[in-house]
Amino acid sequence: MTITAAETPVPAAAGRTPVHPAVRRRMLKKRFTLVGLLIPGGAWLALFFVAPILTLVILSLSTGNVGLGWHLTYTWTNFSQSITSYKPEFLHSFEFGTAATVVALLVSYPAAYWIAFYGGQKKTTYLLIVLLPFYVSQLIRTISWQFILADQGIFFGPLKALHLMPQNFHILATPWAVIGGLTYAQIPYMLLPIFAALERIDRSFIEASKDLYATKWETVRRVVLPLSTPGIFAGVLLVFISATGDYVNEVILGGTGTGVIGNIINSQFFVNMNYPFAAALSLVLMVALLIIVIVYSKSLGTEDLMGGGTY
Amino acid sequence: MAVTTPPASAPASPQAYTYAAHRKRRFKRPDFLHLYTVLLMVYLVIPLAVMILFGFNNTHGRYNLKWDGFTLNWYRNLFAIGQLTSALKISLLIAVLVMIVTTVMGTLMAYAIHRYKFAGKGVLNTILVLNISSSSVVIGASLLSLFVAWNVALGQFTIFAAQVMFSIPYAVITVRARLAVLDPAIEEAAQDLGATPLATFFKVTLPQLVPGIMGAAMLTFALSIDDFVTTSFVSGTTLTFPLWVYGSTREGTPPQVNVIGTLIFGIGLIVAIISGVIKERRDKARLRLING
Repeated sequence: MTITAAETPVPAAAGRTPVHPAVRRRMLKKRFTLVGLLIPGGAWLALFFVAPILTLVILSLSTGNVGLGWHLTYTWTNFSQSITSYKPEFLHSFEFGTAATVVALLVSYPAAYWIAFYGGQKKTTYLLIVLLPFYVSQLIRTISWQFILADQGIFFGPLKALHLMPQNFHILATPWAVIGGLTYAQIPYMLLPIFAALERIDRSFIEASKDLYATKWETVRRVVLPLSTPGIFAGVLLVFISATGDYVNEVILGGTGTGVIGNIINSQFFVNMNYPFAAALSLVLMVALLIIVIVYSKSLGTEDLMGGGTY
Repeated sequence: MAVTTPPASAPASPQAYTYAAHRKRRFKRPDFLHLYTVLLMVYLVIPLAVMILFGFNNTHGRYNLKWDGFTLNWYRNLFAIGQLTSALKISLLIAVLVMIVTTVMGTLMAYAIHRYKFAGKGVLNTILVLNISSSSVVIGASLLSLFVAWNVALGQFTIFAAQVMFSIPYAVITVRARLAVLDPAIEEAAQDLGATPLATFFKVTLPQLVPGIMGAAMLTFALSIDDFVTTSFVSGTTLTFPLWVYGSTREGTPPQVNVIGTLIFGIGLIVAIISGVIKERRDKARLRLING
């Protein structure tokens, strides 16, 4: 990474005319400061984020095995094979991810709207409740759901005992349980950005809309909803990516025929030890997600995910 | 919201009455939405309530599934399962280290991005966005590939490395959000008064950044202690708390897991409430200062 001195306005011909030693010292000092600020985090990201992704690419194009090691042979078979062999699992992942995103959006928006506009003094309390699930390990929450949804568990057990529900009714080990679990886990991630966007809306717009004889529904549809799109955008993105890649919910709440790609990647690494194939599967998932995210961002206008303007 | 009617108890002057009545007729408070929001909150809390309740369950079999009466047994025998205890210790140790290292790195990086212009800033931002929007499975898989390729022994260090890596963007975002609301004039004033850049940073900027840094520390600690997917790829034979819990699901999760979950929940909640109260006090003090 090259670093240019920024703050001090350097004369246009600074390259040729001799710079005053004091100015040069200050510029050098600034450069050292900048390097010092960036090196720890930057090096860590280069070493443990960029390098691993590159290794993944190389590995996916290699052949070999655990005993003899892998050699880069530029074979594409891993990729073609990954799609042909695990098409249902890829489809499940994207189906579950999409379903969880849509349901989480529909469920969260009205509540975010109410908290932002009518929460009043209790706003902080409501937000604290939305954040409560974060204080419990996601794994324990999912196990709790497994327990609640169990065929003879605390919810269905009594209903079945009272014959209010057919004895063979079950929800655990079905796609519905997986989607339900994913949605539950993602609601706070959807609700919070939408709430933040709604909270930022200038209240005078709503006053103006009312003064112009808009009905309540028209105000929501034509003023509030368009102004909250940044929040919807961020929420959908966050939820879709993490719900599509998740396999914990599937393993704990799903059953036969609900397999998702995350779990396949895991077992290709740890059970079959077929690293190049697992790498290819991961890359297919990554690229597919990336394409969806890029298309989605372009169609909804770009959003600065990291906050704080563009550069 | 101020948009709606004044409180019903307020004595209504004739003029206020007409205006309020006009508003009320057309823009009633959506009570059904209030009910809906409350129901959603209940739904969010149900699994937590189940977790807390069944930490008190006097269960005898392997499965902690049905209510068998109240007991404090599991609180008394919290550390009876050796493996679980050591997994918890490892998780806490790694979480503290990840929190410290990531918060420092993230704060420095956020400051650099906020304060300086440099070539490669766009690349850095892209890397941060890619990192935060990558699936944990992919991150785990790529790290495992790297460690295998370099013959790095999997264990506590690789878990630490992975968790710091995926937490950095969150720390950067949190600190930058705080930097964005700071008044640059204060820093300039310090410099005009002859403070060196280093002194300005430590005596002027850093104290103002404390809420952001605290937020980043809490967030990275939570991310570390809760991570399952990425950690499971790079852990080797090391067991962290979530990894142990995952392994236990096949044979029935012991009530101690509920108790540990409850305790972590309680501590987290207390920390959140205390920091909320501190923030409120500070805001009030600041308002008093401004208003004289």
